[in-house]
Amino acid sequence: MVSFFQNLVNALQWGSFYALIALGYSMVYGILMLFNFAHGDIFMVGAYIGFFVATGLLALTVSGSIALPGWLVLLLTIIIAMALNSIVGMLVERIGYRPLRDAPRASAAITGLMIGIILETGNLALLGAQRLSFPPLIATETYNIAGVNVTNKKIMIVGVALFLMLVLHLFITKTKWGMAMRAMAYDFAIIPLMGVPINLIAALTFGLGSALAAAAGILYGVAYPILDPYMGILIGWKAFVAAILGGRGSILGAAFAGFLLGFIEIFTATIFPSTFRDLIAYSIILIILTFRPHGLFGEAYSARLRL
Amino acid sequence: MLSVKNLQVSYGKITALHGITFNIQKGEIVCIIGANGAGKTTTLRAISQLVKADAGSEIIYDGKNLVDYPADKIVSELGISHVPEGRHIFGNLTVQENLTLSAFARKDRDAVAKDMEWVFSIFPRLKERQWQKAETLSGGEQQMLAVGRAFISGRNIMLLDEPSMGLAPLLMMDMFAALKKINEEGTTILLVEQNARLALKFAQRGYVLESGQIVLEGPSADLLANPDVKKAYLGG
Repeated sequence: MVSFFQNLVNALQWGSFYALIALGYSMVYGILMLFNFAHGDIFMVGAYIGFFVATGLLALTVSGSIALPGWLVLLLTIIIAMALNSIVGMLVERIGYRPLRDAPRASAAITGLMIGIILETGNLALLGAQRLSFPPLIATETYNIAGVNVTNKKIMIVGVALFLMLVLHLFITKTKWGMAMRAMAYDFAIIPLMGVPINLIAALTFGLGSALAAAAGILYGVAYPILDPYMGILIGWKAFVAAILGGRGSILGAAFAGFLLGFIEIFTATIFPSTFRDLIAYSIILIILTFRPHGLFGEAYSARLRL
Repeated sequence: MLSVKNLQVSYGKITALHGITFNIQKGEIVCIIGANGAGKTTTLRAISQLVKADAGSEIIYDGKNLVDYPADKIVSELGISHVPEGRHIFGNLTVQENLTLSAFARKDRDAVAKDMEWVFSIFPRLKERQWQKAETLSGGEQQMLAVGRAFISGRNIMLLDEPSMGLAPLLMMDMFAALKKINEEGTTILLVEQNARLALKFAQRGYVLESGQIVLEGPSADLLANPDVKKAYLGG
């Protein structure tokens, strides 16, 4: 029982990463019918931006210009990196995808893969091949709760992820921009007739997804402080699987499936040797999708009204 | 007020409109009648900039060429709203949210609230269904929502694409009575209809569109009495 709860804590942490990234895939698909295959690399860029913001803030602290406690540096890093990475996402949309709005979806998918490679190799060219180590902003404290070891970092990671999902939910359900996003997912073509600029909502969607990816990148850096230009590939694909598992375009589905993926991975590893983990975990997901091809929360039709 | 000159629209190699010319004066109700595929919907979509007109086409409103505007600004800056064929309400949003969204670009909150009340006053059914998902509405209620939404989004001109489609006769009468009220509020109406008799009784003037060309125009009474129109569109 103790080991179950121990695994549960780890599953929640991984689920947080997957869910935050999967949300970006799902929102963009829901609104623009586009799989943004560069999204894993946008996560990577977010982690790097977080690294530079944190390092910069720490340097200011050391030089005595400002004195900030570690948790405040982390909080500021998350906020600033989310804002900056949303600009990266909007640029990707503007430069990479907008010119292809009416092109076949396969062209847009290939563009996404190319943007991903450009972000990876651009990073490599700019910063070199050495890995960066994310600065330790908060000291690890371990609490023993009825035999289960929980660190303050894990609580923080899951807490921040859930908080951001709640904020996203409120944004989408309560604001007029969120309303426009939901409407656009339902009927893309008619959006301008409401006086709503399509390009504004498209940019907003990419911005929100990329901001969440940046948060995921920093939380990931706090847990696993090694950054390299290819760190976004595997986790990006896994989050993409979560988005599909949740149901294309379903926000709730993406969040739920992100956590589900974390659970399946962690609990597979408790039963089977760790080298078998992904093989078995993704076989399970393949079986789920065989029976629910539209995902857990997806709708039975995929082609929305689009003229 | 709205002057369309030599409007030509092509979809690839197929030309849907062969340079049509017509105009609407402020406060008027004008209709364009014609068979399925004559180019009626394309005409409205070209005004709204949902499709791009071919070079040389002129759509002038208040001295501005609409071709220079993006589709959302046609609604939000020039106040030309469009009720699309098939209603296109947002079924996943509530009735209220559909109406709120149509005020997206408007800054005059008080006036928006007043307009919403007015919409609810001419379509009391929408008020009853205010918090329901729009996909649960009947066809007639969805048409009311589509018209209400257009009224809030912009009210200088309303472009109406087949508002009678799929409505029972009684509902149709209600709908056109409501459209009359909208016109009396000062909104100019351009109506496109396959139901020629209904359209000509409602409008003051009409144009007859055939295969992308205007073949007849004039006051509604004249068109109703015209033997060719009678034969082709009014069932003999």
